[in-house]
Amino acid sequence: MMDLNLDAPHSMGTTIIGVTYNGGVVLGADSRTSTGMYVANRASDKITQLTDNVYVCRSGSAADSQVVSDYVRYFLHQHTIQLGQPATVKVSANLIRMLAYNNKNMLQTGLIVGGWDKYEGGKIYGIPLGGTVVEQPFAIGGSGSSYLYGFFDQAWKENMTKEEAEQLVVKAVSLAIARDGASGGVVRTFIINSEGVTRNFYPGDKLQLWHEELEPQNSLLDILNAAGPEPMAT
Amino acid sequence: MTFTIPIDNGDALKNAETDSQRTLYPYVTGTSIVAIKYKDGVLMASDMGGSYGSTLRYKNIERVKAIGKHSLLGASGEISDFQEILRYLDELVLNDNMWDDGNSLGPKEVHNYLTRVMYNRRNKFNPLWNTLVLGGVKNGQSYLGMVSMIGVSFEDNHVATGFGNHLARPILRDEWHADLSFEDGVKLLEKCMRVLLYRDRSAINKLQISKITEEGVTVSQPYSLKTFWEFQAFHNPTAGAQGSW
Repeated sequence: MMDLNLDAPHSMGTTIIGVTYNGGVVLGADSRTSTGMYVANRASDKITQLTDNVYVCRSGSAADSQVVSDYVRYFLHQHTIQLGQPATVKVSANLIRMLAYNNKNMLQTGLIVGGWDKYEGGKIYGIPLGGTVVEQPFAIGGSGSSYLYGFFDQAWKENMTKEEAEQLVVKAVSLAIARDGASGGVVRTFIINSEGVTRNFYPGDKLQLWHEELEPQNSLLDILNAAGPEPMAT
Repeated sequence: MTFTIPIDNGDALKNAETDSQRTLYPYVTGTSIVAIKYKDGVLMASDMGGSYGSTLRYKNIERVKAIGKHSLLGASGEISDFQEILRYLDELVLNDNMWDDGNSLGPKEVHNYLTRVMYNRRNKFNPLWNTLVLGGVKNGQSYLGMVSMIGVSFEDNHVATGFGNHLARPILRDEWHADLSFEDGVKLLEKCMRVLLYRDRSAINKLQISKITEEGVTVSQPYSLKTFWEFQAFHNPTAGAQGSW
């Protein structure tokens, strides 16, 4: 009998993505949180707000990523008051780095910070295990990202439009969900630019079908009742 | 090299107290650095890769940085630790500038500082997981040295880290000589980097060659090397023995 291991720590298998486009960034993620083999939450929100203009995609340990983003939100709130204007994406990324690097032995979380500020425009920073900070035109993370390196090498282009960037993110998360057992559920996207933040929601059954995936039906009965097999002619 | 055996009872929380006393293992790593002294100063070559285990995850990491006016620091190993070392050196250079006394830190001083830092961390069983290469020129004197994660520190006319120890060093021992021209120096480094490209799994074909002379630091733009695959023996290697490789 399969061991569901329900006492395993909550981990977000996850696929997370951050992409810059001509004018801002698009962040995307799946929505599955698993405890061992059981899906503890099939509709989690892995894209968390740090400030009005900076969001973070969380992967790895659910607890570790939540507590790190809570601390950084708290620090950024105070920083914003002191600064008198919105915090920059770079500062947000560096605060995360401080926690990630100095607690590297205890934390198990990979993060992608994305946002828009008036100095640098749209920026994406990847912060993998260990606390390295890497500024990138696009970043992928989580267990599902393994399946996307080849895809992005081929599909990524500079200076995409907002629509192209969002479509790319949705397609990519959807492809990863198709192959990674630890990713699933819905695709959530956040578009951040000078005008503000737009949330979008793509439920699992509205995504494009990939190889060996079938059109969902209500019931077998519907299929049977549709045009039945024709009797043989001869 | 192990530091202490990690206690793997699955309880990261309980082990945290003892674990936080030491670095366990690296995550995002850079591969070899190769550097040589030449006529006008020092040349240093590195690729731009940051590996995550066996995945070639990051392909635009600069692993060689200018330090102050007179030095160049290249690092292999854990990138987050390299970034931290750069912060320490920023503070060192800032304080040096604040003296405003006309003196500035030379490569010898920076190398010594790094040696102390690396060795002291090693003694606390919490190393910075890097091998560092420090090159520079001050008052006409060229300097090239390296420091490892356990604090082993020395100077030489040519140095290499990681795989470069095994693959580049024999080439350098054979072909390096004093007063190499810039062109010959670059060709020698490219010869080493090409071998590393063929034989080091974590190498990527995107490199930068950095130069430091009395005038200052230049870091080249990223570029790729041509590779050669047209040996007759490569065309049909198993012709003589089907099933072999």
